[in-house]
Amino acid sequence: MKRFLGLRTYTLVYLAFLYLPVLLLPLFSFNDGTIVAFPIKGWTLKWYGQLGAQDTLVQALMNSLVVGGLAALLATSMGLFAARSYVRYRFRGKKVSEALVMLPLVVPGIIVASSMLVLFISLGLKPSLTAVILGHTFLALPFSVSIMKSAFDDFDVSLEEAAYDLGSGVFETFRRVTLPMVAPGIVASLLVSFTVSFDEFVLAFFLSGNEPTLPVYIWSQIRFPAKLPNTLALGSLLLLASVLLLVVAEFFRRRSTKSLV
Amino acid sequence: MNLHSEASKGIMLSAPATLYVGFLVAAPLVILVVYSMWTQTYVSIEKTPTLANYREAFFDPLVRHLMIRSILIAAVVTIATVALAYPIAYFIALKARRKTLWLLLITIPFWSSYLLRVFAWKLILGFNGVLNSALMALGLIDTPLTFLLYNEFAVVLTLAHAWAPFAILPIFVSLQKIDPSLLEAATDLGNSAFESFLRVTLPLTVPGIIAASLIIFIPTVGDYVTPSLVGGSDGKMIANLIQVQFGAANNWPLGATMSLLAMLSVGFVALVFVISATGLGRRIR
Repeated sequence: MKRFLGLRTYTLVYLAFLYLPVLLLPLFSFNDGTIVAFPIKGWTLKWYGQLGAQDTLVQALMNSLVVGGLAALLATSMGLFAARSYVRYRFRGKKVSEALVMLPLVVPGIIVASSMLVLFISLGLKPSLTAVILGHTFLALPFSVSIMKSAFDDFDVSLEEAAYDLGSGVFETFRRVTLPMVAPGIVASLLVSFTVSFDEFVLAFFLSGNEPTLPVYIWSQIRFPAKLPNTLALGSLLLLASVLLLVVAEFFRRRSTKSLV
Repeated sequence: MNLHSEASKGIMLSAPATLYVGFLVAAPLVILVVYSMWTQTYVSIEKTPTLANYREAFFDPLVRHLMIRSILIAAVVTIATVALAYPIAYFIALKARRKTLWLLLITIPFWSSYLLRVFAWKLILGFNGVLNSALMALGLIDTPLTFLLYNEFAVVLTLAHAWAPFAILPIFVSLQKIDPSLLEAATDLGNSAFESFLRVTLPLTVPGIIAASLIIFIPTVGDYVTPSLVGGSDGKMIANLIQVQFGAANNWPLGATMSLLAMLSVGFVALVFVISATGLGRRIR
């Protein structure tokens, strides 16, 4: 192991570079001063205490929960069926379809946001939470499809065949054999899709109109120095929520698949 | 059509996702093209088809400047991120024992909101920020450093941080796939460790490097949050200008034109990159 000392040290320095900025928000959210700088003046929880009293914040949180929940449901139900068809069946246009559903991952945010705004307005849908839900479903779909694909990859088809042979119909087999087997994958997909939506800013910024989601609310607060400590506290809670959600998602994903990445 | 055949089942099951994404990719494109040929006259939109917006976008020095800067910044970010990430992917794939744990450690910070991570960098690099105050408290500097925030450097640093795992994972996957016997063969034939890295490992990971580069480059060109928060006036990018057209300037047709041109530029640069990188990968082998 001695030979890789250089590489190992580099990796540790790199990890510090990855973690420090993220850990900074929680650190300074407990700072008694209003300026984000060293030395830290003292420790306090008051910035957290003030959050619950802000009505616009609570409303933005509600908006985010509704948007995230519905986007997760929509993305996962489409992703579930698409992933099953990719893993289980061979058909013409499969490669094209698989590539297409991955496209939302790589399209620049500003282009998705501006083009969806123009599309929705043209179709008569004003900027609103509905528009954000439709947009977030689009963004979350690739995550859902890839999670469900690895869940179906490790699913033994002979179990379904056994159910058919024992007289179950298509729907009964799906409900009583397929669904329970891939349930951890579904939970993982729901949680990841929810988090993608919960953290997304640019699209919500363009499409939410006068119903801000939590990141849009934070954006509006960032420019006020007086609000900085509260924004830090809110941001820290958001970080904690995302990490917790995704740790749980990872736990379920690992139960649904044997693959490493 | 026989509904019970394998093929039709596959098509039916994948249809909702395919149609949904297909519609939300194709329809906005068509509408953007239509919009780009209209003109904004104060509050109303003149619907006579014209190429005036394209003329304006092409010959406006600001648009050209921001477009070139966006592509250059994205290119620098891509190169820096991939170069910094390669040793990490190499270490995890070939040298580390607890690969899963390492991968998890790398990805955890990125399960947090992108907006908040950029915001954290703004707080670190500011004039009265974390880095300056820490350096001053340690007695390393007397006056705050001013070159940290509100320039291209801040944008590149923030984005290189934001995209790190997207560089590590594809390269890790391509390193995992390398057959160890190839490296043994290279050593048996008298190559030094460095030579066999250059002649075996590196060429075999070119697909991973290409994938990582595209995943980073394409979204970075159109990034809005980072240039807005840490870019200042020297670090603005094309997305900021597009947002202004859809917001304060209220000139949607011009905004649509810029979106289309940005998309075309990104596509063109990405295509040239893939072709040249593939060629280069073959040559060093």
